[in-house]
Amino acid sequence: MGVSQTLAGKRFFVTGGTGFLGTALIERILRSIPDSSVVLLIRPGRRATPMDRALKEIVRNDCFDRLRDEWGDEFLTRIEQRVFAVGGDVTRDLLGLDDEGLSLLATCDLMIHSAAAVSFDSPLDQAVEINLLGPSRVADAMAVGRTLAASSGTSGPQHLIAVSTCYVASTFQGEAKEHLLGDHRFDVAVDWHSEVDTARRLRNDLEAESRRSPIQDEVTKRARRELGAAGSHVVAIRAEKLRDEWVRERLVEAGNTRSRALGWPDAYPYTKALGERALVEQHGPKSTSPLPISIVRPSIIESSLSEPVPGWIRGFRMAEPIIISYARGLLREFPGVPEGIVDVIPVDMVVADIIAVAAHGPADSEVAVYQVASGVRNPLRYGHLVELVQSWFTERPLYDDQGQPISVPEWSFPGRGRVQRQLKRATSTIDTVERVLGALPLRGKQAALSARLEENNQTAKRALGYVELYGSYSETEARYRIDRSLALYDAFDDADRELFNFDPLTINWDSYVYDVHLPSVVKHARVRTAPGTQVMADRQDRGRAAVLSPDRQLAVFDLEHTLMASNVVDTYAWLASRHLPLSERVAFVAELVKNGPQLLALDRRDRGDFLRTFYLRYKGASVEQLRSDSWELFNEQLLLRSYPEGIARVREHRRLGHRTLLITGALDLVVEPLAPLFDDVICAKLGVENGRLTGRMEELPPIGEARANVLEEYADTHGLKLSESVAYADSASDLALLEAVGFPVAVNPESRLALIARRRGWLVEDWARAKGGSSRSVPLGRFDTTAPGASRTIARRFTR
Amino acid sequence: MNPRPGFVLEVDRSTPPTLMWKGESFGLQKLPTGSRIVYAPEPFDALEDPQGAIRDALENPTGDQKPLSALLFAGMRLTICFDDISLPLPPMLAPDIRQMVIEAVLDQAAESGVDDVVLIAALALHRRMTEPELRHALGSRVYDAFAPHGLLMQHDAEDPSNLIHLGQTDHGEDVEINKRAAESDLLVYVNINLVAMDGGHKSVATGLASYKSLRHHHNPKTMRHSKSFMHAPSSELHSANWRMGRLIKDSGVNIFQIETTLNTNTFPESFQFLQKREWEWGIKDRMAFAASSRALDLAPRKMARNILQGIKAPHALRTVYAGEVEAVHEKITADVWEQQGVAVSGQTDIVTMGLPYISPYNVNSIMNPILVACLGLGYFFNSYRGKPVVREGGVAILFHPTRPEFHPGHHPSYIDFFEQVLTETTDPVVMSERYEEAYATDPWYIHLYRTGHAYHGVHPFYMWYWCSHAMEHLSKVIIVGGDPATVRRLGFQSATTLDDALEMAKDSVGMSPTITHLHTPPLLMADVT
Repeated sequence: MGVSQTLAGKRFFVTGGTGFLGTALIERILRSIPDSSVVLLIRPGRRATPMDRALKEIVRNDCFDRLRDEWGDEFLTRIEQRVFAVGGDVTRDLLGLDDEGLSLLATCDLMIHSAAAVSFDSPLDQAVEINLLGPSRVADAMAVGRTLAASSGTSGPQHLIAVSTCYVASTFQGEAKEHLLGDHRFDVAVDWHSEVDTARRLRNDLEAESRRSPIQDEVTKRARRELGAAGSHVVAIRAEKLRDEWVRERLVEAGNTRSRALGWPDAYPYTKALGERALVEQHGPKSTSPLPISIVRPSIIESSLSEPVPGWIRGFRMAEPIIISYARGLLREFPGVPEGIVDVIPVDMVVADIIAVAAHGPADSEVAVYQVASGVRNPLRYGHLVELVQSWFTERPLYDDQGQPISVPEWSFPGRGRVQRQLKRATSTIDTVERVLGALPLRGKQAALSARLEENNQTAKRALGYVELYGSYSETEARYRIDRSLALYDAFDDADRELFNFDPLTINWDSYVYDVHLPSVVKHARVRTAPGTQVMADRQDRGRAAVLSPDRQLAVFDLEHTLMASNVVDTYAWLASRHLPLSERVAFVAELVKNGPQLLALDRRDRGDFLRTFYLRYKGASVEQLRSDSWELFNEQLLLRSYPEGIARVREHRRLGHRTLLITGALDLVVEPLAPLFDDVICAKLGVENGRLTGRMEELPPIGEARANVLEEYADTHGLKLSESVAYADSASDLALLEAVGFPVAVNPESRLALIARRRGWLVEDWARAKGGSSRSVPLGRFDTTAPGASRTIARRFTR
Repeated sequence: MNPRPGFVLEVDRSTPPTLMWKGESFGLQKLPTGSRIVYAPEPFDALEDPQGAIRDALENPTGDQKPLSALLFAGMRLTICFDDISLPLPPMLAPDIRQMVIEAVLDQAAESGVDDVVLIAALALHRRMTEPELRHALGSRVYDAFAPHGLLMQHDAEDPSNLIHLGQTDHGEDVEINKRAAESDLLVYVNINLVAMDGGHKSVATGLASYKSLRHHHNPKTMRHSKSFMHAPSSELHSANWRMGRLIKDSGVNIFQIETTLNTNTFPESFQFLQKREWEWGIKDRMAFAASSRALDLAPRKMARNILQGIKAPHALRTVYAGEVEAVHEKITADVWEQQGVAVSGQTDIVTMGLPYISPYNVNSIMNPILVACLGLGYFFNSYRGKPVVREGGVAILFHPTRPEFHPGHHPSYIDFFEQVLTETTDPVVMSERYEEAYATDPWYIHLYRTGHAYHGVHPFYMWYWCSHAMEHLSKVIIVGGDPATVRRLGFQSATTLDDALEMAKDSVGMSPTITHLHTPPLLMADVT
């Protein structure tokens, strides 16, 4: 009887369905096994039900495109008939299943555990919970399911297939057979119980340490440096995130250190190895609760050879970041020995192997181990792979931001250390440049440049991580035997060999790398594969269309550097010098220049304090005089420094029926001439006594975080949805405002905001002053001495 | 020595290259042999006693109007309106002719014991003048006497409380003008008649009108049927203004019209070569040319602009008449033609013109691309009587860099017009139907027009309509040295050199076209027979 017939009508319980292997497995079961069904263990989302998530994250993947075509209109109906999702998590006892979930599990015939923390930078405790304890928890749940089934006269799950990895065989050289661990003379005797305890304690210790000085102070300081005067709340959120990252980094490091000490390249194979041991210890034939278990160990899983389509891949796998970094010209060399073997196995072969094991059934009185790898039967030499990659990218180069092709470097085979040093040097140079750029008051194009630099930095850092990891894998000179798997394959009839091929000998590496894998990697990496700058333009257009959709309700604008190249100091200088005689002007300018850096520093630290201090200078100024001067200021200075595209945008929002709002820390008198442009204006107001300004603000100025609050109140009052609103601002200090709305737009962003906008994919607008629009380059009022008194009042406060 | 009249030169091999304006710079351009160059008449002599001439005109009115002194009486409301910053070009050396005339009127008013006097700048939809500009036009004495008391006003075509609807003409045209002016016992209007289309009933009917009133004649249809604006009998614009003017008169508004002509002495001593004939340039002229053209090319654009915008013309008063609108205007128009007219026999296939840095709408400002088109195709193209210098289906070749530069304070709606309207259509009729209303009634433009120094939102449309006669008449417009993208946006073609432009013109005008170059400024009017 063939595989399909053997398994026909069976129900599979699958963990890790949202992963690379899991998705392929589910698709294959549904497509190739008649009347089969799957029950998926899915972590419940905050809003989405497990079934919603299953549909969104698994069924909507392009892996299912073939089925979608084959089933046509019936696709969704059939999916709903054959796919079930239960909420749960392998990090919880009994998988966190409720009674309903357990009864559903009891109706399954087979269980396949493919959930794992595969990422090389998983924190140790997380790897322990998922990789080490996960398999045992799945087996526990199986035992409960079987009991439940027995009570209702059915049999329940008859076979557990746990997916592991070839690399559990640690870094020893020579042949690694399909044996359970612990059977080998070189195995280090590690007690997995104490490893679990230690990892958990380490998490607690680090969490505690990170909340104390100096770590807590350091992250707060860093958050403030990154965001500037964005407001304490926003800084706090960022600091908390940085603290989390700090803990995580320590845990990753701890995992790597411990793994290497015990002979594994990193925490993934190490925790997987202990996971196998825990599983066998608790549910193996010699345990108190023996269960029918098989273990499947793949080597490095890469894109599919032919099922469901050649080249299908999900997520960024291990080799891809390195390949892409190389194609982008970031990685000039790559470590390794040319004659070394890269043990790669296409995902569809792993799937076929698992299905073959399922069809074969569990072994009697032993936990059978099946390895699926290519290294022994059909080795791919490292030097050959490199040649293929190099010639592929020479023929089809990637393109940089300017639409220019990137030429790939000749690859030599240096030692790992040299490549690491090279990459570290690159990232630390970029780090330094980035810090310098971040500290400069850059805007627009320059700021975008520094954001791009940051992105390269991220890519390089990621590549560095992979080089470290890959290096140790390439040093794993074990050769993985696949005799037991092959025995299954040999027992297949011709039809099954065709349908469920997992014989590595059938892979033609040249055509696999050249025609299947690399095209797929490039497609998924979202890199430029064509000259020109069209992609960027399309993205801008889409962003703009979203912002200007009739569905939007409110458009909020910041003023300074968003709608005009001006700030409170400019404005003050203009107003204060408007009526000053020449001799006093000189002293005034000298003082302004002298105090400039101090003012800038204060502004960077806390905008509220800055405005409070600065506006005191207006104390005693005549409101009438200032009002009439402000109109002149507007016409002779502000309007000339305005960004016509910005002003056009405000008007466009109004035309579309959106409400428009100006929120600015500038003074009411100064923005008065601008008011008719908007439906409403929220700005700073100074108190007035006897027709003169007191210099004190009447209420909290709408800056930093206060802007978000003011905006929320405003939206509430007018019954507007912030999720349907647009905000325009230029600086990281406006972050709270931008984050409050559904459609943030960074206008001429300074470097910190440029970086944030780039990371989050926000629309970025570069608005320029009108070409040829001339205004005084020094923001001083027209020279005219008709009413010197008025100016002296506010200018003297400054020179005093 | 009498000034020499204008004339048409035929280029031969010995003709030196011609001075060619290119916006904020100029150079020498060799024209093909056989081309004609139209030179303006030399400036007429200035009056020896301008003040005396003004007083004389006020007391000896032209046409059916009493002398000014007989119209003034104690307790009356007197309003004096004057032309705005768009005249004259370039602005004249102080004292401005407006100052001289207004001081004379105010002297008489004072003698007669009139104390309710208001001055109004007749802006129509132009930008409000700045304080320095008003001081220059009126003199500080007048400015300081009126401005601080709110008695110096600028006409506001969007202020409903200060507009009055006087009725409709027999063509159904609304006549709505400045209320204070209309309700005064006497309205004195002080004109500068720089070109033949200035003055007459247009002064009040256009200069003091509202948008509602202006749109009846400032539209593509009227503009297309004005051939040309400079020649009253063939100008639809003129006819509409005359209908309105007569209605204003019939509604009892008593207008005392003062019109003046200036001679065409356009450039000060150091730039005199700009208005001389090239073969008569002396050593000094050549050196001045070499130095200034090089300096303008090298200077940053802002500085070059400031240098040129700083030029004050030594214009001098040539004739002045006062009295009844139509009679005064007839005499003055004849004088303008006498100063500027040049007989040109026969039309040409190609007309070339070098566009200078200034037009009526960018004094102390930037000549944006729309104003470039307007200066060439509105102003210079229409400077004819009889028929256009260039034949129907001919080609106009303009020289100007045509950069996409705008003054955001003065021309805000031009920026949007350039980005929004011209990207969609260059057809005056289409744009008037699709966009004019929205621009004209836009609250932000109205706000900037009323409180800032911005031209009215609808103004770029008028500038474009002004080109419509030329665009209909010509088969092609080529701008030599123009920014290609900008020129394309305007619907024209750009060329790097005159030779390229002539090559491009060939498919419209054949292999051996006739070429005529308008050597202006100084201003000239072609009398084409």
